[in-house]
Amino acid sequence: MSDFNPKIVAFVCNWCTYAGADLTGTSRMKYSPQVSIIRFPCTGRIDFMLLLKAFASGADGIIVSGCHPNDCHYSSGNFHARRRWIVFRSLLDFLGIDVRRVRFSWVSAAEGAKWAQLVNETAEQIRLLGPFKRYHQLRGLGVE
Amino acid sequence: MARIGVFVCHCGENISATVDVKKVAEAASRIPGVAHSVEYKYMCSDPGQQMIRNAIREKNLTGVVVAACSPRMHEPTFRRACAEAGLNPFLCEMANIREHCSWVHEKSEATTHKAFDIVRTLVAKVKRNKALLPIKVPVTKTALVLGGGIAGIQASLDIANSGHKVILVEKEPSIGGHMSQLSETFPTLDCSQCILTPRMVEVAQHPNITLHSYSELESMDGFIGNFKVRIRKKARSLDEKLCTGCGLCVQKCPSKKISSEFDAGLGLRPAIYVPFPQAVPNKPVIDREHCTYYRTGKCRLCEKICPTQAIRFDQEDEIIEADIGAVVVATGFDIKHGDFFPEYGYGKYKDVIDGLQFERLASASGPTLGEIRRPSDGQVPQTVVFVACAGSRDPAKGIEYCSKICCMYTAKHAMLYKHKVHHGKPFVFYMDIRAGGKMYEEFVRRAMEEDGVQYIRSRVSRIYERGGKLVVKGADTLLGSRPLEIEADLVVLATAGVAQAGAEQLAQRLHVSFDAHKFYAEAHPKLRPVETNTAGIFLAGACQAPKDIPESVAQASGAAAKVAILFSQSELVREPLIAVVDRQAPPLYSSCVGCFLCQPSCPYQAIEKEEIRDRDGQLIKTIAKVNPGLCQGCGTCVALCRTKSIDIQGFSHEQVYAEVLALLNRGEDNV
Ligand SMILES: Cc1cc2nc3c(=O)[nH]c(=O)nc-3n(C[C@H](O)[C@H](O)[C@H](O)COP(=O)(O)OP(=O)(O)OC[C@H]3O[C@@H](n4cnc5c(N)ncnc54)[C@H](O)[C@@H]3O)c2cc1C
Ligand code: SF4
Repeated sequence: MSDFNPKIVAFVCNWCTYAGADLTGTSRMKYSPQVSIIRFPCTGRIDFMLLLKAFASGADGIIVSGCHPNDCHYSSGNFHARRRWIVFRSLLDFLGIDVRRVRFSWVSAAEGAKWAQLVNETAEQIRLLGPFKRYHQLRGLGVE
Repeated sequence: MARIGVFVCHCGENISATVDVKKVAEAASRIPGVAHSVEYKYMCSDPGQQMIRNAIREKNLTGVVVAACSPRMHEPTFRRACAEAGLNPFLCEMANIREHCSWVHEKSEATTHKAFDIVRTLVAKVKRNKALLPIKVPVTKTALVLGGGIAGIQASLDIANSGHKVILVEKEPSIGGHMSQLSETFPTLDCSQCILTPRMVEVAQHPNITLHSYSELESMDGFIGNFKVRIRKKARSLDEKLCTGCGLCVQKCPSKKISSEFDAGLGLRPAIYVPFPQAVPNKPVIDREHCTYYRTGKCRLCEKICPTQAIRFDQEDEIIEADIGAVVVATGFDIKHGDFFPEYGYGKYKDVIDGLQFERLASASGPTLGEIRRPSDGQVPQTVVFVACAGSRDPAKGIEYCSKICCMYTAKHAMLYKHKVHHGKPFVFYMDIRAGGKMYEEFVRRAMEEDGVQYIRSRVSRIYERGGKLVVKGADTLLGSRPLEIEADLVVLATAGVAQAGAEQLAQRLHVSFDAHKFYAEAHPKLRPVETNTAGIFLAGACQAPKDIPESVAQASGAAAKVAILFSQSELVREPLIAVVDRQAPPLYSSCVGCFLCQPSCPYQAIEKEEIRDRDGQLIKTIAKVNPGLCQGCGTCVALCRTKSIDIQGFSHEQVYAEVLALLNRGEDNV
């Protein structure tokens, strides 16, 4: 599985994690290029059906990250995201998708190093889990 | 059909060193809908921006993607450039291929590939962007200042002097705050009342300031520029207009043995009282809890002797409503009292007092008329121990922070004591001396060198009574932790500065956040120290963290300047990245079913109910409506809505789903 290049989509909030990832850049820390970021105003905005859409479109892994509890720019959006994540985790289980494919985290605007570490750990985890086969099976059957 | 322009930046070599920018631009030109794709050394430079402006005009672009640095850096630059060329600025997006790509990955095929993925994602988004107009909201040019300590006074005067109306609300019967209780102030030892009272009078007389003392904020709704407040004016039991402040009632009141809040419990006051002689307003209040008439139904002496018949026993609280454009919160701080220090016998031994009590003892207007006499027997203490950091910097007590002001006022106290009791022996127990500030270190040195105050580096482990003396036990850490005992006649604890008791409730009323210690949180610890995260609400003084007078005044003037900036505009312009509820033609009118699950999820109370009625006024449907002034655009409601009837401009369902698909190279934007 050495030539497996996972595709990881990161759903992040604008105020903390997006800025934290900017800091990783300005500090020139290196991390694995398999992750790309989609920016949201707040993790509270993230409709978790988007995560399923991502899996159904070929993502092998997903990161959801925003401000730490109590630090939300909008005061409580991240708590909504956390509650949603708890429910969504059970749904993933029910659907038979390995929950280790989704990483829920908090990275503040000051945590550039933490962002790099989070990406690297997630990429490593997904590499161990291998490609998300369901998607390839569906594609093979012509279903999308 | 979309006509998108893609502009890939080299950023000197910051991007081009690891990303093959030519390849990215070339690949981007093949994305469906891209009409123009180029790369350039510095897109943000003048010629770079000119390239964008020209392309918009010449190629009739309907959207622009600038693949360069973070939007947090240059989004405003490029949006402005687009606007100058006649393209709605919200049709321009940035693809962050520097911070999120070229700087964090090695030069490789994969890095270039990722850069292209990012560009494709943003192209898919921008194709679905809508031209948006900034939101304009009017501004009510009246400020509400909460708290009449020195910070609130300064903020009120500055705002009033800039020509705007101010409503100042103080919960106590007089303004002045803690500063009015102080004797003399570091580092100059000028008399606190002498510098404060002229300001208090100025507040009372200023034509632009309306003062509501003995009042509190009951509720607040609305948003920046457009708040609506209700203020509870507590019953003074007095007609303020008739009262001349002659003071006869205060002299004659038979119920005189009430502990005075102003004298920090060291003096007494009657049931009808003015907290201190220079109070503003100088009108008494009846303390109903202690008044003989309210307790027993008999007395009414004050009513009988009042020359202007101003006493009103049946007066009720009054609610005042007002429209406000901005709020300055200046509700100050408190110090730790009570049984927080059992090991120091505070509250048990009369002669273990706190800093504010010492201020009252040292004050010429205090219970001892400025003579240092200990509370238990009125004797002049021969040895006084001052304990710094009482409770502060002590994680075991739950207060990790430094209270900041106590090192300085402890030095001041020891000095004042020495100035008044020449043969007296002052000792200071301290952990570290924090005297950062103009003339502060010199002040502490003066206490040590000129006034002979003995500083001992030690925490105090225990204080107990022995033969009429207070034994203070510690260990001198500069002398190898040698145990040490001092027999004192009076002990003054510099107890930790803490948040006001009602700070949390007030924060909830105002929708502002606070830290773990209930001090109000500033929007940014360095760059936005006087703003809160709620637009239009500013902070001043010790309600944000313990601070001294100069700092409180500086912050108050800063907050006032922020208010004046806000009030210099007649309309506010805001980014229109807010939520909107779906509206469509009859018979559906809206896909919203009116479940209102979204309502409690909104942190800003921005979701209202809208009734759709037919021509005869018959109710057809009640649906949600977002107040554009209140909505801050977090999008929590959007993710929550079960019928997908709320969407957020700039991060719409259509946009984000397209982004996910494009990133994974699926859907209609794939190449
Ligand atoms: C013992 C001691 C000695 C000190 N000595 C010095 C010194 O020598 N030099 C120096 O520079 N600093 C000194 N200080 C610090 C100084 O007291 C403060 O810096 C200053 O009082 C802060 O002003 P403020 O207006 O922010 O708060 P405060 O003085 O606490 O005033 C807050 C005001 O708001 C009112 N309020 C509270 N809650 C509400 C509400 N919900 N609604 C309406 N009103 C409300 C309060 O009643 C009060 O009037 C000393 C402090 C202490 C404790
Ligand atoms: S200012 Fe001085 S006495 Fe007060 S908490 Fe800080 S270090 Fe301790």
